[in-house]
Amino acid sequence: MAKVLVFSETSGETVKSVTFEILGKLAGHTVDVAVVGDMGANAAADLAKYGAANVHNLKGANLDQYSPEGYANALKEFIGSNYDYVFAGATSLAKDLMPRLAGMFDAGMASEVTNYVMDGDNFAGTRPLFAGKVLAKVELDGPKPGFITVRPNALGMPEAPTAGAGATNEVAANAGDIKAVIKEIVKGASEKLDLTEANIIVSGGRAMKSAENFKILEDLAEVLGATVGASRAAVDSGYAPHAMQVGQTGKTVAPSLYIACGISGAIQHLAGMRTSKVIVAINTDPDAPIFTKADYGIVGDLFQIVPLLQEELKKVL
Amino acid sequence: MNIFVCIKQVPDTETKITPNGDGSYIETSSIKWIMNPYDEFAVEQALLTKAANSGSTVTVVRVGGVKDTEALRTALAMGADDAILVEADDNLDSYMTAKALKGAIEKSGKNPDVIFTGKQAIDDDCLQVPQLLAQMLGMPSVTVVDGCEEAGGKYTLKREIEGGALEVYEVTSPAVIAANKGLNSPRYASLPGIMKAKRKPLAQHSLSDVGVSTDDRRVKYSGFQLPPEKPAGKKFDAMDEAAQAGVVAEVVKLLREEAKVI
Ligand SMILES: Cc1cc2nc3c(=O)[nH]c(=O)nc-3n(C[C@H](O)[C@H](O)[C@H](O)COP(=O)(O)OP(=O)(O)OC[C@H]3O[C@@H](n4cnc5c(N)ncnc54)[C@H](O)[C@@H]3O)c2cc1C
Repeated sequence: MAKVLVFSETSGETVKSVTFEILGKLAGHTVDVAVVGDMGANAAADLAKYGAANVHNLKGANLDQYSPEGYANALKEFIGSNYDYVFAGATSLAKDLMPRLAGMFDAGMASEVTNYVMDGDNFAGTRPLFAGKVLAKVELDGPKPGFITVRPNALGMPEAPTAGAGATNEVAANAGDIKAVIKEIVKGASEKLDLTEANIIVSGGRAMKSAENFKILEDLAEVLGATVGASRAAVDSGYAPHAMQVGQTGKTVAPSLYIACGISGAIQHLAGMRTSKVIVAINTDPDAPIFTKADYGIVGDLFQIVPLLQEELKKVL
Repeated sequence: MNIFVCIKQVPDTETKITPNGDGSYIETSSIKWIMNPYDEFAVEQALLTKAANSGSTVTVVRVGGVKDTEALRTALAMGADDAILVEADDNLDSYMTAKALKGAIEKSGKNPDVIFTGKQAIDDDCLQVPQLLAQMLGMPSVTVVDGCEEAGGKYTLKREIEGGALEVYEVTSPAVIAANKGLNSPRYASLPGIMKAKRKPLAQHSLSDVGVSTDDRRVKYSGFQLPPEKPAGKKFDAMDEAAQAGVVAEVVKLLREEAKVI
């Protein structure tokens, strides 16, 4: 059986839910988890609950804060020749870190797989290419371990946790030489889950007409516990910051519910959101391409529909 | 300063993509190719860095098909000084691409002070090459950069992370910097620029010239197929104000009871 390590991000007591998705899909294998820097006791307990055999907490100078080289150096030493595969969620941090680590091992890496199977010792994944216009099977070759990132929300949470042994093990780790250092972290506008991790997204397009009008989407998002996104036309018109852009040159998202308000459904927008589980579209044009992808299409004026939707949801949620 | 930019040629975002006959890759015969959109920001940043440091040169490097050198000519027309093409298939994996870029940069005989790339190619969507290249060259890398200031070989870089937050990095050259949208506004190639580009030097190497062989392949793809089409959804007319409340109530009910997502 393959020896597997899952690199997990935690912030205090919270574990990114994509870690649980990965662990769920690896149930039946012996899987260790590695966390770099501070980790709360509850975080460790949650990782055990979802199947971690061992939770290795790598600690050392300059490892409390992320740096690509520091994390890569620490993990490289820890991984050594102990694992066949290293998994991580495709978060901004892991997408930056994992290729660097793969390079250190001269190993292969599969980016943002949306599904995978472990057949004995072998990993085989599925990943979208060309902005989701095609799917392909991906396998890794060359020196071990193979590196894999998994798109958040793609696998879904495991139905029930499968308890592992979950012993926590503190590992003294070395950040080594760091040439790119973080001087400062500027807080973002939103305390909400990032679009790439959000379970529900409410997005607005050019039809929003102004930045102020996004308030009605924020209000709807509030009721749903959703994150607000935007089309490129809305971003380019200055109604929303680029961090909110969904699509080929924005973020790829995979929520369980995507509500597109006043978005036509251009191919580059669809590229970023077509893997959403359920799509609701609100558009005045009955022939808008977005309706061909929507599970539920509402032909109507978003400025009338969105507030009604908010009221109706308030009643039932 | 020796400034390098790595660029890729990718299918136009509007292009219909279909798997080829045996599913080993996509059908490439009728594709319109463009410079990877993120690479335009990298080229622009290289040109801005050159303008701020007299005596600098910008060398643009591409690994890919030899028939069409459009993306390299575009970069030269924007203002890059010379170009290197490593002749290869369009479906190399990230490891081979990074190794080929490293080989080409070394073969140029110029020590890079900074290497700009796009954050991601929009064909394979891997986001691996900048970090792999940096690792192979023993340099630091900062990816998904949408703010870049340089002074005396020191770079202050802003990188977007979750929730719209920014990490501010300080890096001393040499370094690999991967551009995100928003970094700058890429210039258009001017007509004189396009004329001049035709006379600028373009070196060509094979993969073996730059030390890459088939043994370097790390990622194997197969079974290219179109994603499954969704069955047609339900559509409700709510243009008439009288119908709106009913439609909204119905959709909320369906989201709860049929789709079970809220
Ligand atoms: C290289 C490249 C990359 C791109 N990347 C992206 C990307 O990442 N993301 C992205 O989104 N786009 C991207 N685009 C742009 C894309 O092609 C479209 O231009 C864009 O998605 C259109 O945005 P929109 O749907 O908001 O605007 P429009 O196409 O203008 O659509 C507005 C819609 O709102 C409807 N409407 C108007 N008023 C109302 C109302 N009161 N109520 C309800 N509906 C109303 C209209 O019927 C229309 O369908 C890219 C383009 C290129 C060339």
